Amino acid sequence: MATTALVDPDTGLTQAQLAARHGLRVAGERPTLVEYSRRLWAYRHFIAAYANAKLVASYSNAKLGQLWQVLTPLTNAAVYYLIFGVVLAQNENIPNFIGYLTTGLFIFNFTQSAVLAGTQSISGNLGLIRALHFPRASLPLSTTVTQFQQLLASMVVLLGIVLVTGEPITLKWLMLVPALLLQAVFNAGVVLLVARMGAKASDLKQVMPFILRTWMYGSGVLYSVTLFDRLPGWATTLVQFNPLLVYIELARYALLDQPPLLNESLTQLWLVGAGWALVGGIGGYIYFWRGEQEYGRG
Amino acid sequence: MVDHMQATDEATVSLPVLTQERIPTVVVDDAHIIYRVHKGATGGTTPVAALRRLVKRTSAPNVREVHAVKGVSFTAYRGEAIGLIGSNGSGKSTLLRAIAGLLPVNRGAIHTQGQPSLLGVNAALLNDLSGERNVTLGCLAMGMHPDEVAQQAAGIIDFSGINERGDFASLPMRTYSSGMAARLRFSIAAAKKHDVLLIDEALATGDKGFRKRSEQRVRELREGAGTVFLVSHQLSSVRDTCERTIWLESGVLRMDGPTDDVIRAYEAYANSK
Repeated sequence: MATTALVDPDTGLTQAQLAARHGLRVAGERPTLVEYSRRLWAYRHFIAAYANAKLVASYSNAKLGQLWQVLTPLTNAAVYYLIFGVVLAQNENIPNFIGYLTTGLFIFNFTQSAVLAGTQSISGNLGLIRALHFPRASLPLSTTVTQFQQLLASMVVLLGIVLVTGEPITLKWLMLVPALLLQAVFNAGVVLLVARMGAKASDLKQVMPFILRTWMYGSGVLYSVTLFDRLPGWATTLVQFNPLLVYIELARYALLDQPPLLNESLTQLWLVGAGWALVGGIGGYIYFWRGEQEYGRG
Repeated sequence: MVDHMQATDEATVSLPVLTQERIPTVVVDDAHIIYRVHKGATGGTTPVAALRRLVKRTSAPNVREVHAVKGVSFTAYRGEAIGLIGSNGSGKSTLLRAIAGLLPVNRGAIHTQGQPSLLGVNAALLNDLSGERNVTLGCLAMGMHPDEVAQQAAGIIDFSGINERGDFASLPMRTYSSGMAARLRFSIAAAKKHDVLLIDEALATGDKGFRKRSEQRVRELREGAGTVFLVSHQLSSVRDTCERTIWLESGVLRMDGPTDDVIRAYEAYANSK
């Protein structure tokens, strides 16, 4: 032992011991949750810039350009009104069916498009991920921000429609702001979740439309939510706790004078909405963080 | 490893050398890297076969696993410039990405000092957006502050020379020629200072004038960096910049030693093929 003190202290160490002796860290090691959040916060400018860039790029090949941000939800609403309002005549027991339908549609579409884009937010950006080092959650989060910006455009359209169909402007409208924020947090969580799942299984992209369509029919977007009362008791309870139904009901309550609602109690709506935002947001974030090292592999 | 042991044996003879302890910056320990590639539509993918795979939980036939690096070990020290050579597909770029922490290792481990940066020309950006916007995004993605980005943006575009033939910086990147796009990507990547710098074929980008500028820029970056890795097929640029060279062949480390020896052996191997 006395002689070894004279030679290079690194002699005879294994690679791992050598690294430990000099305090080297494992390349691409997953940081702690707190450290990860700190780094993510430092990348907020990137998230915002990337979200803006995606928004600009999304319609860059269309002649009407950004106008599609407004035209797409409008066309959607027109098609559904034709089928559910005119052909199937669903509007008999709903006072302002156009307002009812478009509110549900626009609120649902916020989550729908975020989830669809989120499924590919990792798998579609592999080039960037394999080239540069940054907290990967930046990508799904910027997807959420892009969708939020598109939501703001469609909200302007929605308020216009609601006004034209004869709803008064009331203080209740302000409730829309916290409701949309809660939904945005919930969306961020779901987007983080599907981003990690979509990074591994590219089949998710094919399955997602079906899941989303089922979710849409379970959220009372196209018809009166009173239809759910005919279901067996447990199913009605299940639908009552459906996060999207909750966010849609909150928006309908805020904008429309007397919409038919499944949840009678406003307090319960807020509590469930906030609960979903909390559970979805934190759960999705932790789930995504746990896979941080794997995203480059494809 | 053998080289490394010999070096320390010599050190026991001349004790004064020991006062300058060599500080490792990158320690690669028996690293294996496997990545999956989707081959796209291939024959023989009937629905029945797909269902059977789902039940048996085997991976799909159109996904192939590429074992790109097979058990490589070496240690890089502060102040070294190390060349990585080998034929196409020998795993050089994959190894660099793993050192940069961009690709995970499947077995073994890679330890690094600080956060190594990969300077490559493959940084994929948004093709639908203008060059200017790509500069901003790229710099932010490298972790720069917005003020810093605003200061450097004009310099980066000048350096890339994309505006030499009219105002291309405001056009979408999909309208660029491949050389222009590569030049812009290099200029973005080279705009930041680095601890451990990994350079992947970046010196071969663009025309002669740009190559001169970029070599100068890499030299500046080297002076600031602790350790430099250089992947290149141009043996002359490895000879010019690196004193030590590692030769990879089919994902296995063939040789690690002084540049002249390794390149001589590599050339003999390449000519005999």
